[in-house]
Amino acid sequence: MIKNINFVSKFRKANIFSIVVFTLSIIFISFKGLNYGIDFKGGTLIELRTDKSIQVSSIRDALNSMNLGDINVKKFGKDGDYLIKVEQKKTNNSNLIPEIKKVLVDNLNAEVDFRRVENVGPKVSSELLESSIIAISLALTAMLFYIWIRFEWQFSVGSIVALFHDIVITLGIFSVLSLEINLSIIAAVLTIVGYSMNDTVVIYDRIRENLFKYTKISISDVSNLSINETLARTIITSATTLLALVSIYILGGEILRGFSFAMIMGVIIGTYSSIFVASPILKFFKVSYKTLEKEEEKILP
Amino acid sequence: MLNFSKINILIIYIIFLSISIFSVLNFQDKNSPIIDKKVNLGLDLQGGSYLLLEINSDSLIKEKIQSKIIPIKKLLKDNNLIYSDFKINENNFSFKINDLEKFKLVFFSKKDNLVNPYIDTYRSFELDFEKIEDNNIKILFSKYGLLTINNAALKQSIEIVRRRIDDVGTKEPTILQRGEKRILVELPGLKDPDRIKKLLGKTAQLNFRLVSENSEFGVDELISETGEKLKISKRIVMSGENLIDAQPSIQNQQNEPTVSFTLDRLGAQKFGRATTDNVGKRLAIILDGKIISAPNINEPITSGKGMISGNFTFQEATDLALLLRSGALPTPLNVVEERTVGPDLGEDSIKSGVTSLIVGFILVILFMFYKYRLFGLVANTALIANLLMLLGVLTILEATLTLPGIAGIILTVGMAVDANVLIFERIKEELKTEKSIIHAFDSGYSKAKITVLDANITTLIAAIILFAFGSGPVKGFAITLGIGIITTLFTAYFLARHLTSMIVLRDNNKGIKI
Repeated sequence: MIKNINFVSKFRKANIFSIVVFTLSIIFISFKGLNYGIDFKGGTLIELRTDKSIQVSSIRDALNSMNLGDINVKKFGKDGDYLIKVEQKKTNNSNLIPEIKKVLVDNLNAEVDFRRVENVGPKVSSELLESSIIAISLALTAMLFYIWIRFEWQFSVGSIVALFHDIVITLGIFSVLSLEINLSIIAAVLTIVGYSMNDTVVIYDRIRENLFKYTKISISDVSNLSINETLARTIITSATTLLALVSIYILGGEILRGFSFAMIMGVIIGTYSSIFVASPILKFFKVSYKTLEKEEEKILP
Repeated sequence: MLNFSKINILIIYIIFLSISIFSVLNFQDKNSPIIDKKVNLGLDLQGGSYLLLEINSDSLIKEKIQSKIIPIKKLLKDNNLIYSDFKINENNFSFKINDLEKFKLVFFSKKDNLVNPYIDTYRSFELDFEKIEDNNIKILFSKYGLLTINNAALKQSIEIVRRRIDDVGTKEPTILQRGEKRILVELPGLKDPDRIKKLLGKTAQLNFRLVSENSEFGVDELISETGEKLKISKRIVMSGENLIDAQPSIQNQQNEPTVSFTLDRLGAQKFGRATTDNVGKRLAIILDGKIISAPNINEPITSGKGMISGNFTFQEATDLALLLRSGALPTPLNVVEERTVGPDLGEDSIKSGVTSLIVGFILVILFMFYKYRLFGLVANTALIANLLMLLGVLTILEATLTLPGIAGIILTVGMAVDANVLIFERIKEELKTEKSIIHAFDSGYSKAKITVLDANITTLIAAIILFAFGSGPVKGFAITLGIGIITTLFTAYFLARHLTSMIVLRDNNKGIKI
């Protein structure tokens, strides 16, 4: 059931679209910024459950009396569940959490159960941010070399540009929607790197095979043929992965929501980029079977 | 690719069975008497506390550098070196020296140097000096000197943290060194970490000092528990080091909780002498620079046993006794990271995680069956086998399953079918040009092999990096994702291929659709 869609004719439009979205993402990330969670900004997070529904504003009012600085209170999942985030203060108060609990119990006239408490100091949070950036950079470098070894440098450049495109746009979406960036989002980004690469490799593999098979036709036609040949697989795998992810998004609870959302975005963008970013770059470099042969001669004596 | 020798088939199924059998261990209520292995639940699933503590060695370093002042002065005098302008600073001291070259020779002498010992393991001296100007120099700890101090303090702190936590009696705590200055503490099942945080937050340095208006050692002015301003001699009569035991007790007359303590021989001697000489005076009991109480010495205490009262509740007396028993921390500890999950949230997470796993799994299975029918069943069998093996490997490794770890399993379910999809789609293509069905299946498998490998290795690289850099729950995700890839490759390339070959070889003549 190989369809014959002319992808190559849509490369130009897709590339313009990609460049616009990519640029917008960069603009949002640099001007609006990313909404870092306490993992990267430091501070205290409390997830609490009360036995009755309470106005978010009354929780905020109760906490404001403590003079904690910037406080963020919101509903979290079920009725009666709330999430409180307190900005990092310079003074290190080890009694902060029992104090908050006391203030809430006194003021709200309700049972308060702290279901989850996270507290990240400023030093640890900056270390976590640093190691996350290192991890993503390392993953990109590792992919660069893997593809370089398995294919040629043009393929390697193509796949890295596609990965970069995926990461930046995913983060751009997070910036536009002010969604929180925490450690699990970094895990999602790294998984996206793996997934998008996976998708790109499948198409590249086919392009390489077809370049040798049809030495007479141009890279554009080879790309088009290869994308079409692998299209069914691309769609089916994206579909099964998305089915699993949507299931986590809807049923997996609040804690996994951000993670699964990032992954869903990443899978969609990653699938798009394998076709519309990674492949045009081979065309840009005028890759042909000769490029592949030349390289092989160099390696084989 | 479709021909399997009997021995190959045997090996494939033995590997599959011997790994996946372990997954059963997790569903038993009682621990298996033969092999006691289970997947551990992470703190986010079973509830508990994760604490990262950091030693704050500033005061310790200050103390240590000050202890070097008298030896250094003596060293200078013994070698006829003349110094002036002696200044004591936060973590160093400085002076002018008349003969810098000679000073260097003495200061950095490897032989019998008690003032500035040479640390063999680091090939460095404990102290170093910096030139401020000409002959004005600053003495401070060298990089490795600081490292040695921090290391010793950290090792000692870990020991004391362990004693304190064991004394509270939580189940299976994990206490590990992290880097040069940190201690990681994991307390599964702990609902309220505040008590432990309070216990770990105190250095618990206990001193007994006399209350006196003037002392040759100088006095500190401290506020007593009743709000009284008291002048306390700087001389330490006895410190917590001499304690061998401390227990909470109730004093019968007033029904007041107190802490009774027992001293070692040396402590008993010191304490006996001090109380004999100072009958009628007050003795202040000071914990971490604060007066707990300052009772009168009514009679000499020579038995080596004593009691501390101080308006305690019974809980406070219990905690103080625990702190005194476990000994003082060499430096204060700060909690630099804390993550606590209540047990009911953990349960909720397991429920929602498992529900989404089951739903995701069913959706994928239905989709594959709809798409590939008979071969969909093959892929689905491989998928179930894959999950069993994944759980089996996790059990063998006694890995920790976290909430993101469950997400990793669900993602594996979604992505695992990719290997079979790649192969089936390839076979479909081959069927178009190839007349022999067996040949088509055969070349489908061999041509897809490289692609499947390449595609999975890239995800594996991401998982390894996640494992190396991630912490806690994220590591759990990396583990399930990484192991999932390996079990996926095994089930797709061995199990599913064998199942496919059985179908193809048997139904060769009927014409197979994929």
